[in-house]
Amino acid sequence: MPGATPDVDDDGDPADDGVRIDMISGARMEGLASMEKIRLILDGVRDGNIVILEEGLSPDEESKLIEVTMTEISPDDFTGIEIETYPNPNTADRGLLGKLIGRGSAQKLTVIGPANRIETLHKDENLISTLVSRK
Amino acid sequence: MGLLTSLRDSISRVTDGLFADDEPKRIGIYGPPNAGKTTLANRIARDWTGDAVGPESHIPHETRRARRKENVEIERNGRTVTIDIVDTPGVTTKVDYKQFLDHDMDKEDAVRRSREATEGVAEAMHWLREDVDGVIYVLDSTEDPFTQVNTMLIGIIESQDLPVLILANKIDLPESEIQQIANAFPQHETIPLSALEGDNMDEVYTNIAEYFG
Repeated sequence: MPGATPDVDDDGDPADDGVRIDMISGARMEGLASMEKIRLILDGVRDGNIVILEEGLSPDEESKLIEVTMTEISPDDFTGIEIETYPNPNTADRGLLGKLIGRGSAQKLTVIGPANRIETLHKDENLISTLVSRK
Repeated sequence: MGLLTSLRDSISRVTDGLFADDEPKRIGIYGPPNAGKTTLANRIARDWTGDAVGPESHIPHETRRARRKENVEIERNGRTVTIDIVDTPGVTTKVDYKQFLDHDMDKEDAVRRSREATEGVAEAMHWLREDVDGVIYVLDSTEDPFTQVNTMLIGIIESQDLPVLILANKIDLPESEIQQIANAFPQHETIPLSALEGDNMDEVYTNIAEYFG
């Protein structure tokens, strides 16, 4: 099946045959500092991979992800990222209770990929449909 | 939960009042590229100071540096509210210089614009985290508001407890759908306007004075 489980060809580079998808658990991200998370994501995306986070990023981390992404964009090399999460229905009511239980516990499935390889076809509260192209 | 939110807002207003100083609040104008942020900033600045903030253009990323217009005094209901307006570059997660080639630019100019645009977005994000006291979030009401950038930015603004006004711009265009924006962000008040034509600016100023005064 093309896509998630690429075969290794004669050159030994599996990315030539398909698209690599890294699914990163919440447990793996939990012990990382914000910049370590962002580095982990961007290193994968810059290699052409699709990164799926089980639990997403906090708003502050999302802000830093945008900022660091911008500093790494370069012509004919890296044009940025495409990122999608489900809309968080609880944002309006996160105020006081959010502070009590710990603001920033995003817990939202997040898909991140290179902007030139991933295109969102449809997005609503229950479905994110994306088209991933090869290099 | 509505009760808790109201309680939080009430406490916030009281503490804001206790610690308020005479310094004008810095109000950042945020939104995606081409939403009309600079057109709005110029409209506000011209209406109350006579000056403009920066050049407007239909080409994306015309604003590539945050620009501040200080001491804008808005008079409403017998009192004066003084704010600094910070017009920020449109926020995005991707910039490809090739998009500028369609606007009669050669590659060198397009690459330069692209580089300046990325610096501008990073700068805008830094301002949002560190240097603004409130946000006017401008959306093009002819475009789908359910984008990831909008979702993330509103989430970032909410996480910092910044007061935010959502403006549905470009209501002078026939494709405008104000309700779509109101549906996307029901937790915030949506105010329709045309910054270009000056439509409904009275309501905009009344809300600016109420939210940021």
